[in-house]
Amino acid sequence: MRITKDQLMALLFLTPSFILILIFVYGFIGWTGWVSLSNWNSLMPDLSFAGLKNYIYLFGDYRFQADLRNTVFFTILFIGLVILVGLTLAILLDQTKKMNALFRNIFLFPMALSFVVTGVVWQWLLNPSTGYNQFLKLFGMEPLWYTDTNILAGFQWGSIEFGLPVAIISVVLAAVWQMTGFSLAMYVAGLTGIPDELREAARIDGASELQIYRKVILPMLTPITMSVIIIMAHISLKIFDLIYAMTGSGANFVTDVPGVYMFETTFRGNYYANGAAIAIIMLLLVAVFIVPYLINSRRGAS
Amino acid sequence: MLKKSLALLALLCLTFALVACGGNEDASNDASDTTDDSTSEDTSSDSEEASGDGGKVEIFSWWTGAGEEDGLLALIDLFEEKHPDIEVENAAVAGGAGTNAKAVLAARMQGNDPPSTFQVHGGAELNESWVAADMMQPLNDFYEEQGLMDKFPQDLIDMVSKDGNIYSVPVNIHRGNVIFYNKAVFEENGIEVPTTIDEFINVLSQLQDAGVTPLALGDKEAWTATQIFENLLLASLGPDDYRALFAGEIGFDDERVREAAENFKTILGYINDDHASRNWQDASQLVGEGEAAMTNMGDWAKGYFNNDLELETNVDFGYFAFPGTTEDFMVITDTFGLPQGVENPDQVKEFLSVLGSVEGQDAFNPLKGSIPARVDADKSKYDEYGTDTMEDFQNNNLTPSLAHGSAAAEGFLTKVNQEVNIFVTQQNVDQFIEKLQQAAGDL
Repeated sequence: MRITKDQLMALLFLTPSFILILIFVYGFIGWTGWVSLSNWNSLMPDLSFAGLKNYIYLFGDYRFQADLRNTVFFTILFIGLVILVGLTLAILLDQTKKMNALFRNIFLFPMALSFVVTGVVWQWLLNPSTGYNQFLKLFGMEPLWYTDTNILAGFQWGSIEFGLPVAIISVVLAAVWQMTGFSLAMYVAGLTGIPDELREAARIDGASELQIYRKVILPMLTPITMSVIIIMAHISLKIFDLIYAMTGSGANFVTDVPGVYMFETTFRGNYYANGAAIAIIMLLLVAVFIVPYLINSRRGAS
Repeated sequence: MLKKSLALLALLCLTFALVACGGNEDASNDASDTTDDSTSEDTSSDSEEASGDGGKVEIFSWWTGAGEEDGLLALIDLFEEKHPDIEVENAAVAGGAGTNAKAVLAARMQGNDPPSTFQVHGGAELNESWVAADMMQPLNDFYEEQGLMDKFPQDLIDMVSKDGNIYSVPVNIHRGNVIFYNKAVFEENGIEVPTTIDEFINVLSQLQDAGVTPLALGDKEAWTATQIFENLLLASLGPDDYRALFAGEIGFDDERVREAAENFKTILGYINDDHASRNWQDASQLVGEGEAAMTNMGDWAKGYFNNDLELETNVDFGYFAFPGTTEDFMVITDTFGLPQGVENPDQVKEFLSVLGSVEGQDAFNPLKGSIPARVDADKSKYDEYGTDTMEDFQNNNLTPSLAHGSAAAEGFLTKVNQEVNIFVTQQNVDQFIEKLQQAAGDL
């Protein structure tokens, strides 16, 4: 096989970024994995081998169990709502051709903010001495669900109560408020991509508008839903900034997530190996979503 | 052919740029290291000024809140007045009790990029981490030169020393076992200042019956609740055994530790419902507005009452020592040291000498609401609260604060904060004691 000049050129251009990614992404993942198997739980490095000690510690740890529970509920609620709200808005936009662009921009705009900003804004909104709580106080109501420690439909599982923490809902709302614009934009693009001929054909066959959406349009949007799920899943599984700015960890760790625990245990407690183990578990959680997607899209391509 | 050579040229440029970046930094670091080592102090500072990037002191702290920032800026102003040639960089990182700043600091120290000088609490936070890791330079000669040895109480010097070497200069003293209360609320309900835990609990229930929130707590960051617990520990153990507890000589299964936990549980029955969504300022605000009667906070809260809520000391709000600890003084001291490997130790020492001077301490402390660490400071510069506290500081038993990293290493504190967070909701004394005992393995 002969390599052409163009191919050689392409190879030359790819090499530097390939090397950089190899070192600064995969190299550091490996380094984190190595630290997670070490005894480095003090200020200064100690890289002696500890086996799975740090992982075993974590899975027996009340806080980490609570983190995993919170992550599960945060991810399900967050992805579900982002898809539901985004799709609904996109269909509504699809129906009203007027001012389509204006609405789209309004809904897309929250995405321009960082999660830290969203967290601070919602923290102000929900703070007991400012925001809408003051307004509700005028009517004699005092909602505390922002830091509510109740667990809905809870049952004891290991040392933690497993169920939906009420306080998670407030964090999910803030995250959905910010990210809905993204799924909206994806779905609008998808809807525009569906040729009018298909709808026409369906109408001629006597389908109602509802049937057209259910039988024709929604199935064609499946790949977009897949993309939204993948992108939202990796955001929600490694979320840190929103929670950190908004609730800290919450009383009884009802809004704590692995990202926040990783930060605190590593950089406050100097438990570097424990922190690295949390980071690796977070990576694996994301991989559970990403890898099947990658395999699937590879199969589709070939 | 042209395309190919252009591309190759671009690639070469990129490679060189990358190599040059890395190389330059190393070279300049090496150069400055050798200047420091081989030349006399004067020439090294001269050459740094000549090269234009020397003569800078980077001051790392977490003083960004009202009052504390004013104090820091006043100190910097004084320093700049005395040393107009030295540039000051205020590298403060926001976050209550230094929670964020400490993370940034650890990363910088491990990356061999220490700030010129940094804020660190005297006690375990200094001695068991930075000094134990051999990252600080001893300041014994500096203390002798500046004549500081007899200007600080011996107990305080002991808190910033390890194995006979002194490692930092204290700038202030805070007291952690203070309760601030709303005077009007106390008067309306005819409440006397409690001095024992039993009296305190009586007062709490009296206030609750009167329809006032007895104790305001803002434990969005867990250290505020840990602070209540440490005061209860001190109350039931007494100063000597309190110190022994963190030295590992008394176990957490001691009956008196359990008593402290039981009291903690009782007291948690009298706090505001929305404590988890508030920070300490939000909680103090409740006291200022008369919605709550009392709050336990270090004396930085006094600055918050004065400056932010515009309340007058001993008119709108009063203060008393945490019940059961009236003879004790829970010390929180901010100190500044000299890390290993800073580029210009002489300029940093200039800053430390201003920081340790009467003038520097009197510029800083009245604004921050703390008292000076020096015993010979000018009392007239402090308000009634300050002079009261200065008197207590000289007469009471000094005990190191756990919540602020003086009593035990940071790792233990992190675990305690975690268990306190859980305890505040679950209030399971047995489990709490058991977890504390487990964590004590890290002491």
